[in-house]
Parts: sequence; structure tokens; C-alpha cells
Amino acid sequence: MYKIVKKQVLNPTVTLMEVEAPLIARKAEPGQFIILRVNEDGERIPLTVADFDREKGTVTIIFQIVGATTELLNHLNEGEYIHDFVGPLGVASHTEGLKKVAVVGGGVGCAIAYPIAKKLHNSGCEVHSIVGFRNKDLVILEDEFNAVSDVMKMMTDDGSHGTKGLVTDALKELIEAGNKYDEVIAIGPLIMMKFVCKLTKEYDIKTVVSMNPIMIDGTGMCGGCRLTVGGETKFACVDGPDFDGHLVDFDEAMERGTMYKEFEIGKREEVCNLFKGVK
Amino acid sequence: MPNMSLKKNEMPVQDADVRNKNFQEVALGYTEEQALDEAERCLNCKNKPCVGGCPVAIDIPAFIAKIREKDFEGAYQVIAKSSSLPAVCGRVCPQETQCESKCVRGIKGEPVAIGRLERFVADWHNAHSAEAAAVPAKNGHKCAIIGAGPSGLTCAGDLAKMGYDVTVFEALHLAGGVLVYGIPEFRLPKSIVQHEVDNLKALGVKVETNVVIGRTIEVDELFEQGFEAIFIGSGAGLPRFMNIPGENLKGVYSANEFLTRVNLMKAYKEGSDTPIKKNTSVAVVGGGNVAMDAARCAKRLGAENVYIVYRRGEEEMPARNEEIEHAKEEGIIFKTLNNPVEILGNEHKFVTGMKCVEMELGEPDASGRRRPIEKPDSEFVLDVDCVVMSIGTSPNPLIRNTTKGLETNKHGCFIADDNGQTSREGVFAGGDAVTGAATVILAMGAGKTAAKAMDEYIKSKS
Repeated sequence: MYKIVKKQVLNPTVTLMEVEAPLIARKAEPGQFIILRVNEDGERIPLTVADFDREKGTVTIIFQIVGATTELLNHLNEGEYIHDFVGPLGVASHTEGLKKVAVVGGGVGCAIAYPIAKKLHNSGCEVHSIVGFRNKDLVILEDEFNAVSDVMKMMTDDGSHGTKGLVTDALKELIEAGNKYDEVIAIGPLIMMKFVCKLTKEYDIKTVVSMNPIMIDGTGMCGGCRLTVGGETKFACVDGPDFDGHLVDFDEAMERGTMYKEFEIGKREEVCNLFKGVK
Repeated sequence: MPNMSLKKNEMPVQDADVRNKNFQEVALGYTEEQALDEAERCLNCKNKPCVGGCPVAIDIPAFIAKIREKDFEGAYQVIAKSSSLPAVCGRVCPQETQCESKCVRGIKGEPVAIGRLERFVADWHNAHSAEAAAVPAKNGHKCAIIGAGPSGLTCAGDLAKMGYDVTVFEALHLAGGVLVYGIPEFRLPKSIVQHEVDNLKALGVKVETNVVIGRTIEVDELFEQGFEAIFIGSGAGLPRFMNIPGENLKGVYSANEFLTRVNLMKAYKEGSDTPIKKNTSVAVVGGGNVAMDAARCAKRLGAENVYIVYRRGEEEMPARNEEIEHAKEEGIIFKTLNNPVEILGNEHKFVTGMKCVEMELGEPDASGRRRPIEKPDSEFVLDVDCVVMSIGTSPNPLIRNTTKGLETNKHGCFIADDNGQTSREGVFAGGDAVTGAATVILAMGAGKTAAKAMDEYIKSKS
């Protein structure tokens, strides 16, 4: 059992939790993920490590409420416990030797992009952050990104905060302005990562993406998280989650992500109704 | 006077048409009368050929003699001296190629039903004995076991009985390994596995779930934490795919994923949070026990047509005869000498069919089995909406990539000698992580051998 020591609502659909998990906190690096089960009969879901505190022995997760499990998780409060919490899984993001990087985050993907931006910044790398959200109400981690970025571009779809437009618009502008990036790191919805990669391919800039497919065990046993990367089958849990974005088959990944969509919608409704009944 | 019947007492089973719709255990177990009758078939041979066929060398005639005396607890104690998981082995061991294949009664007629008797004894003990095993006196030495599957649990049990302070690290949220995520409920009820794990805990074995060695803790850190010897029983690893077009369509599973969803995550139960696709027609590709398990699960989940698609003939199938027979009785359709070449999908990328070619058998290949050769112009499409790939595994890289000095072979399996000793001092390994996918009992045998070697190693140092 893993204790929730802090819970913070970041926006109506995104929640931050700091969880007591000293073994994981000791080892976690940006880019890695954990798998949790909310309760005894729960499903296993992967969530990326948003932050960690080795001294306190805590790991921070930030999640969007999208299905039954995240809905249940969101109903837990400080002082309560998560049944299972295992990690750190996956290969940590490679940040060594990078001098100038554009970090692109979209929506809740910013939760994963932030620790990478922070690590790059702390190692002396010039960090240009481009973060995008649908609207002002959904913005998360703005101050945090500001603190670790040499250049910060805030984008919203409707222009209610920062600049109206897509993250690709801002990235293109920065590249056109003469910025030479060693690498672009893009983390967000598959469709966003796909278009960032399409853009950077034109400029021939190496681009790393973080993939978050359906997963069960997370240790390389089930193969449910497989992706096609450069024509080969890769397992996101042991080979990733970071991959060369120019080689990832995004269309296939998007299709695979919808496999249980109907089931998920039904399940979430069940859970929501359950909590309505309680109130 | 021994019972000279040429036939074994038959195992009572659930009717095929009933059981293929539920997940309750297929084989119901001998009654006391049946067990006593079967025990009378044992000739109590002096040279005990059956014992030589058992990977953990259970004193088979001795436990059967106890059954004849109606001393069922005594029979259990004989088995427990050699096996940590009798209720499991009585159910999933391939006795027909092990102990029973050596039985003198098998020369003329059927061998003694050793497996069924073992199961009877273990179940009798679990039902009647509330007495907790005595916790052995501690010898002050610590051992770590990586993986709570058959090899790890056996190794842990043996070391605990010798007085070691044993901790088992398990990556999943539940101990049991393949016994809980792979082998289905109807063949091995999970309550039995849990009972065996509880028995180990009663012996003082600590089980730490949710710890991935190679990620959460590395092998070298275990030594730093004071563990003097380490056993790696991390299992078979990553599922293999055929690398044919369409394998990433929705509705294509590895057998590991399909079985994990059904067994470990209980997708077969109404209301489970873990989804599994509802299918009409399922093709399971492969001919091993895992393929039979997947096919029988698919049938129970409500699929109308379930096919086993195998590129060789039935003779060449690695699955146990009993599993093949059970599958056939339950209505699984065997399409042997067929090989998939492509999986077809619709515009939404869901599986709609599997293109196969017919095969014929040529000369024997390196495995000694006749090599399948494609028949020209024999392509056809099997109408299915789900495909389960059950064609083997390749070793997990996590421990190998994070542990210095641990040698692996060209397949990536750990190299260990007959005692389980790896290339690294103090590190032992066994089970599928060494041999590649094999059986529960071979893994248990390896765990047992390693426990002995670990004991000798620690004693030689202190």
C-alpha cells in the first residue's frame, strides 16, 4: 500500500498526487513511468513520473481523468492509499551532452515534459519550452516551465492564454528564427507528436517522443504495448517509452489506442454513477 | 494383493459441454475410494523407476504406500520432503513423460495414476490440516529470490526449510508467476496457488511484490543489502510474434497478454476493470500447452469458433495429450498443417481474417521433427476476428542489461551449470530464464537444485 501524501487539483480534469514510494523515488529518472492499481480488483495503468524527491522518498504523478481507473484514483485523498505502485519502469530519457533543446509539451503531456526540461536546464542546457493547451482553464505547470526555460512559448487553441495557435506554429517560428536545436523532445497527444515530427523532419532535427500505449505488466511480459518503430516491432515498456519520432508509426499507434474505447467510456460512466449514488 | 486392472481409475471431470462455458476446474479429483483403489495398483517396486522420472525425486512408492494405509497426512509429508508445491504439480505436471512413463505397470496397460494420487493427497492435506508448519530455526544467513514463479517459490521453500532468511522479489502485484498469470483457473485454481504461497510465508519466507529487479533494485544492490546468495527465476520473458503483415491490428494478442488479461486481471469475470475484446471466432497460432490454454479460455469467453492453427501435424505438437484431448472435447477446432501468412483487417483496423497456407511435412529438421513445407497455391482465409500468437518467448533483458558479469547465451538466456551457478559468484539461476520456455516442474527442479547449491556456497564461505 502506498500513501498519498499530497493531492492537488491542477485543473478540472488533471490532478497531481505525491505518493510515498521510497524504493522508486531512489531510482526514478525523468522519462520513466510507474504502473499502479487503485484497488484490489483494479486494472494496471501506466503513468509517467512527473517528479520525485529522493530525500522524502516520494514520487509525483500527474494524471488526466479519462477512464474508470483515473476516476477512481481521483477520488482518493491525502492520507489514503494506492493499492499497488511499481517502478520505475522503462528507459530514462537521454539528456547527456545536449546543449540546446526544444521541449514541446501538449496538455497533460506537459507533466512528463516538465521533469525533462528541468533536468536539461539543471545540466546547463539551453531549454526552449513550447507548451500547448486547449484553453486557459486547462493550463498546468506554467510557473514551473518558466523557471527552467530560456525561452517559453505558451500556446492555446482558442487564444484565451498566451498565443493563439498550435505548438507546431511556435516551433516552426523558433526554427525559422535561426535556432539550431540538438534535439526536439515532444510529449503530448499522439496527433501532436505526429505533426511535430512531420515538421522537424522537414528541417532534419532529431526528435524524441514519449509513447504511452495500452500496457498491462510493464516489464516486457505481455507485449500489449507494441509499436512499429522503423519497421520493427518494439515494446514501449522495455525498449521505450522514448523513441525516435521520425521512425514511429503514429497512425498505427493511434488505432491501437482506441481498442477498448467503448469499454472505457462505459466503465467510466459506471464509476461516475457510483459516486453520484454515494453523494 | 495389488489391483491388477490394466486401466487407471478415470479422473472425474466436468462434462465438456458444461465446462467450456465456465471457468471452474475441469478435473474434479479422485474420491477417497478411487484413490485407495488406484493406490493398490502400485507394485511398490524395489528399484523405484518412477522416482528417476521425477525432476524433484519425490519418493513415489512411499507416498502411495501411505495412501494404502489411509494415512493421507503421512503421504503428504513424504511428498512435502521433495516438493514445495504438490497441489500445483498434481495438476500441471506432464506425468505421462515423467514418473508415469517409467512405471512398470505401463509396460502392459496404463501406468499408476501418480499425478492424480499426488493431487488427491495435496488436496486432502489442504482441506484437513489446519496445523501450520513449524518455522525452522534461523541460521542467520540471507538469500534473495528474483521472481515468485515455480522455480523461485521452490528455491525459497527449500532454503527456508534449511533455516535461511529468504526474501522473494516479484515484479507483479501477486506472487505465483506463470501459475497466476498464465495457467487458467479451470486448470489450476488460483486459490491453490495462494494456499501454497501462504504455506511458504508460514515458513518465514518474505514476499515483496511490486519490485522489479533490474529497475527498482539492481542485483548488485541486493548484495549490498546483505543477501549472500541470489537466485534468478525471472521466467520466459517477452512474447514472440511471427513478423507477418497485420500483427499489430486490433484483436491480435500475444498468448501472454490474452492469458494475463483473463487470468491475472480476471477479465472473465463480469465487472472486471480490465477489458478483453469479445470475439466470435478466434485463431490461436501455436501447438503448445499455452496455445491450448488460450484456445480453451477463448471458448469459455463465448467465442463460437476457436481454432488451433499449427504449421506441423498433431503428432508434432508439443502440448500434452491430455490438454489436446480436453481442448477437442470442448469443441476447439484443430487446423494442423496450416501456417498464417497475413492477418487481415477492416478500415477501423480490427481483425477480420487470417490468411493461411497449407503445409506438408518433409524431412526431419534440427529439432528432430519433420520440417513443414508450404504447399503451392494453397492459400485460404480463415474467418476470424481475433488472433492469439502463442509461438514462444525470448528472454527479458532487464536483469541481463543491469548486472555486470552475468553471461547469457545467444538467445539471451542466463548461462548456468547443472547446479544453477551462473558466471557471477553468488548468483544462481533456473527455470525458463535459463532454459527458455519449458514446464512448471522443470523450473521447480531447477529451483530445488539451486537451493542446495546456494546452501553449499554460503556454507563454504562462512
